[in-house]
Amino acid sequence: MDQFTINLLFVGASFALYIGIAIWARAGSTSEFYAAGRGVHPVTNGMATAADWMSAASFISMAGLIAFTGYDNSSFLMGWTGGYVLLALLLAPYLRKFGKFTVSEFIGDRFYSQTARVVAVVCLIVASTTYVIGQMTGVGVAFGRFLEVDNTTGLFIGAAVVFAYAVFGGMKGVTYTQVAQYCVLITAYTIPAIFISLQLTGTPIPALGLFGEHAASGEPLLAKLDAIVTELGFNEYTAHHADTFNMVLFTLSLMIGTAGLPHVIMRFFTVPKVSDARWSAGWTLVFIALLYLTAPAVGAMARLNITEMMWPNGGINGGAVTVQQIETEQKYDWMKTWQKTGLLNWEDKNGDGKIQYYNDKSEAMQAMAAEKGWTGNELTKFNRDILVLANPEIANLPGWVIGLVAAGGLAAALSTAAGLLLAISSAVSHDLIKGAINPQISEKGELMSARVAMAVAIVVATYLGLNPPGFAAQTVALAFGLAAASIFPALMMGIFSTKINNTGAVAGMIAGITVTLIYIFLHKGWFFIPGTNSFSDADPLLGTVKSTSFGAIGAAINFAVAYTVSGMTKPLPADIKALVESVRVPRGAGAAQNK
Amino acid sequence: MADNSQNDAYWSANLRIIMISLVIWAIVSFGFGILLRPMLSGIAVGGTDLGFWFAQQGSIIVFLILIFNYAMRMNKLDREHGVDEE
Repeated sequence: MDQFTINLLFVGASFALYIGIAIWARAGSTSEFYAAGRGVHPVTNGMATAADWMSAASFISMAGLIAFTGYDNSSFLMGWTGGYVLLALLLAPYLRKFGKFTVSEFIGDRFYSQTARVVAVVCLIVASTTYVIGQMTGVGVAFGRFLEVDNTTGLFIGAAVVFAYAVFGGMKGVTYTQVAQYCVLITAYTIPAIFISLQLTGTPIPALGLFGEHAASGEPLLAKLDAIVTELGFNEYTAHHADTFNMVLFTLSLMIGTAGLPHVIMRFFTVPKVSDARWSAGWTLVFIALLYLTAPAVGAMARLNITEMMWPNGGINGGAVTVQQIETEQKYDWMKTWQKTGLLNWEDKNGDGKIQYYNDKSEAMQAMAAEKGWTGNELTKFNRDILVLANPEIANLPGWVIGLVAAGGLAAALSTAAGLLLAISSAVSHDLIKGAINPQISEKGELMSARVAMAVAIVVATYLGLNPPGFAAQTVALAFGLAAASIFPALMMGIFSTKINNTGAVAGMIAGITVTLIYIFLHKGWFFIPGTNSFSDADPLLGTVKSTSFGAIGAAINFAVAYTVSGMTKPLPADIKALVESVRVPRGAGAAQNK
Repeated sequence: MADNSQNDAYWSANLRIIMISLVIWAIVSFGFGILLRPMLSGIAVGGTDLGFWFAQQGSIIVFLILIFNYAMRMNKLDREHGVDEE
């Protein structure tokens, strides 16, 4: 059986499973559509939240970004897990006690203002849509590879599948499907990592292998990796090269953003009790940590494998891989399959029949290249987003592992895209249309408008996904910045302060998201349209602050504006103070009502 | 619901646990993982230093401990102050 058929089998079987579950648990009422009737156990909820949360960015993109940068990209690891501490301590239990369905309902009630609710909805839609763009990038890569078509065709097919999938299930369908998706994606992520860890270090646990010994040389794995990448003129893998201030801000933005993402927060509305909301956040992080502790090992080991593959005769002195080897040897087959997606390419620039892979920006390497007659790096394209999917092929693992990884990558992208579309559609139908425009809308009309909103969101995301503002994880990081600057401060102040009033909260959210959005658009192009940017992240407007790191500053602006404006306007009414008091204690949580 | 002074004591106990947890949260990630890494560079861990370990693994493990610790303490605190769910 050839690889294409195996991939098709694995992906097909996993899809049949998800669709089967979605049909079995189909949403009947609006309450079920949004919150699964609140009957979800904390461990189940944790697993589903983990699948919802770990998207194409975590599964497909993150290890690739770590592999090619090393330590400096640790921000992704700390940022995307550290946010759960904020979520568990500062938000989840109180929002569950409040007992409504959506984040903007809380903001609307707490700040006793329809305007606050509408502003929150808009912030939520902006952040979620940006997030979906990142998912579509990942979906395009995954479908492109496993159907062996180019990236754009893969993107269109993926969009159609995501849409069909999200429209027909509500949260309940999504909850149980996401449990299945978690199982598929974590197996798919860890199995190849275990194989590779065994090959390289003899340890079956990749997280230990990362800090273990490289079996072939007897040196520590990371020391070996540092040695072979610096030989080629690249930065030392474990060393700190990035700007420290930007790294701190970026990590903080990802953390705050995690705690401000509506589709994750919504999850904590679906557990039966307040105490369960606390446990549920912990379980979610357990399931996420299984992947996040493996990811840095995947990155480092893949980097080692790729480098050794390009210099197969013992480093730079043994000579580079020949074009003939790439074309004929079975272990280089992955390069040819990925070349078809347009995301990997090589070119024998100096016509010596070999492909030299090195850092042609390094001065020392330029001197060596001149001496040896090299005319630049000949591994001309290596999209970071392909690394995880190509990893089992690079390590020459059996065909079924490759099929499994294709299914896992799609599970990650699909589950998150579906969760986000659900958050967008409930924001539009429940908060905007039913909450503000037409409170008399029928249940049927509400469901219908939810589906229309999903369709519009996916069309926009697909269009922008064709020319994404960055690799999947980078685009997703922008979405986190937007959530960090708008939703998180409003929620936190709503629970922990009795001073912030309606005007303050609205002013804070508007200031936070506007400044952040403008900063992002200045660097990534207006509405992410390529070529319309005035600055680039290589040379940002404010010192070293990249657009992906700006969320933390946006959040600070939000807090500051909200406090200042609240101080100048009328204090909170007594009934809202009582609401804040009641949100702070778990007693009397009961089931939420659908008002 | 219990009377107000009871709730105030509960809330300040909660805030205290949150503060301590967040201090640890910041120390392991921004501290050991990034800003204080040079200080930890003398402690070797598998071919690199302790700061690298905190940045790529250690902080995640500490985060997990923090959340479960908080859930346990708070569920106990709920009962002590009589504000748990029946």
